[in-house]
Amino acid sequence: MSKKKITVSKAIREGLHEEMLRDENMFIMGEDMAVMGNVFAITTGFLDEFGPNRVIDTPISEEGFMGMAVGAAMRGMHPCVELMYDDFVTECADPLFNQAAKLKYMSGGQCSIPLVLRMPMGSGRRNAGQHSQSLEGMVCHFPGLKVVAPCSAEDAKGLIKSAMRDPDPVVVFEHKLLYAKKEEIPEEEYLTPIGKANVKREGKDLTIITWSREVNFAMEAAEKLAAEGIDVEVLDLRTLVPVDWDAIRASVSKTHNVIIVSEEVKRGSYAGELSAEISEELFDELDSPVERVCGLNIVSPFSPVLEDQNFPHPDDIVKAVKRVLNK
Amino acid sequence: MEFLTDLYRTMVRIRAFEEHAAECFTKGMLAGNIHLSIGQEGAEAGAFAAIQPQDYFTSTHRGHGHVIARGGDPKRAMAELFGKRTGYCKGKGGSMHIADMAKMNHLGANGIVGAGQCISAGSALASKIKGDDAVTVGCFGDSSTNEGSFHESLNMAATWHLPLVWFIENNCYGVSTEIHRVTNTPDLATRAAAYNVPYAVVDGTDAVAVYEAMQTAMEHARSGKGPYVVEAKVYRYQGHYCGDPAVYRPATYMEEALANDAIEKMGKKLMDLGVKAEELEAIKAEAAAEMDEAVKFADESPYPDPSEVTDDMYTADNERCVAR
Repeated sequence: MSKKKITVSKAIREGLHEEMLRDENMFIMGEDMAVMGNVFAITTGFLDEFGPNRVIDTPISEEGFMGMAVGAAMRGMHPCVELMYDDFVTECADPLFNQAAKLKYMSGGQCSIPLVLRMPMGSGRRNAGQHSQSLEGMVCHFPGLKVVAPCSAEDAKGLIKSAMRDPDPVVVFEHKLLYAKKEEIPEEEYLTPIGKANVKREGKDLTIITWSREVNFAMEAAEKLAAEGIDVEVLDLRTLVPVDWDAIRASVSKTHNVIIVSEEVKRGSYAGELSAEISEELFDELDSPVERVCGLNIVSPFSPVLEDQNFPHPDDIVKAVKRVLNK
Repeated sequence: MEFLTDLYRTMVRIRAFEEHAAECFTKGMLAGNIHLSIGQEGAEAGAFAAIQPQDYFTSTHRGHGHVIARGGDPKRAMAELFGKRTGYCKGKGGSMHIADMAKMNHLGANGIVGAGQCISAGSALASKIKGDDAVTVGCFGDSSTNEGSFHESLNMAATWHLPLVWFIENNCYGVSTEIHRVTNTPDLATRAAAYNVPYAVVDGTDAVAVYEAMQTAMEHARSGKGPYVVEAKVYRYQGHYCGDPAVYRPATYMEEALANDAIEKMGKKLMDLGVKAEELEAIKAEAAAEMDEAVKFADESPYPDPSEVTDDMYTADNERCVAR
């Protein structure tokens, strides 16, 4: 399969573009998506190509346009909505959590809500407490939503395409600091399946379960650890809900030690949920307690010096692995 | 005359459904809560007479009347109130969540006040993108006009000329709070003017007046001119929920309400036009018998099997969960 090098943001753009061409019921809606082509240049040129009915600039009314996307989805449309930052999900909590997530079940299966919500997330951009959060734990709480968080250009494109074809609402967490990263992706069209994790690196001593940008940090940590003779496996979940439990079980049953790495506030995190599940279900496989390596239980700070304290870096992961393995 | 008789029959059937539901609730046959629209029948019958088969609508926690007025099946509606498998939503939604996408184009009653505003606007957006002939009607109450969703979605619907009609049944109370204690406009539909949207305020106890206002609204929306808001002033005879003694209301509220009863007024009008009292009584008896049947059907229907608890979830990720 031939490959090409492309940024993560361009890969997402390609995925959306291919789906817009394929699916006439798809439309894109959000703040600054049409004329400007998105603050991260995800939809540059879409307005000219697809017209104002399918590429819609909204007012700053997150509850309004998210709720309208739900109504349009009930009528058979396939909206792709963007929130400029995942922090703004609180502005549209009702249409996302009480409507999109629930209406299929509450109507006894009469409708599905085939919408996609893209949400740039994550720390490290010096945007302070209301533009830097990692809210996976909150979103994963609500039954009825599928949740993906890719770390690579290849998965970002493959997952956005799968999300657009999914009959149910899919929330896509895109890390802002990955957008500019250039990586190889296949030239040909492909899909990345929802619900399948990816063993990024095989190892035998310990499993690092992670997703999004922290996958890259985990890979860096793995290289450092390898130099010291510690062989870790890196499991990139890619999909958080429904989680690939078979992949988790297989890896934990092989290495018998686990750390979970995420940028989230540690308290109430999805990392905590995974830790609890592994402890409940795979206790007999474990040689050590499951450890979480997350952000602090604080508001994301602005000052670079302070913000860097608030998400796991490769060295933090190295330390945690050694601690768990008593090395 | 036939049209007026049809309006009368719809109103009588709504009241019969609600009174039967109230009786079942009082007897302990229903779980949860129900919210009745007794006193709002004139508005509901009049509005739905103006809605065409291809049109869509959303409803509220006080939404049984919309189902009856739209021609829904009282048996399946009552079964949903009972939490039975034969209900519109297989017992998963209950009184506040009746929906029927297939036959009624009913996009759902909603337990979140104001949620139908965005959903109805989104349905209208879908119609605009698809280029179909449907108008979407968002039905909601007075208090939801104070939600942000009202303003956010009406602004967008107006800007984009969406085929949307909003129908406000203003019964003056949000649970216990009288609307003017918390709202600084005498009428609610006047807020539409802020978004350059035309509106009408009508007497909701006059089914014909409501029908005429809604006809104008539907024509406006269907012709591509954008949204229209109709406010019907109604009375809520019961408290917020069935069993709420409504002690927060002045005694004059019910005196005024009963003096303006929509069914009584329409009955009088029909008799003035030559309809005999026995004919009206026959319509009432027919409605009562129909709702007796609905209750019987609901009561005798099976509950869902406990194993159905995870059916209709998007993701089957419950293999590792034990509920109890």
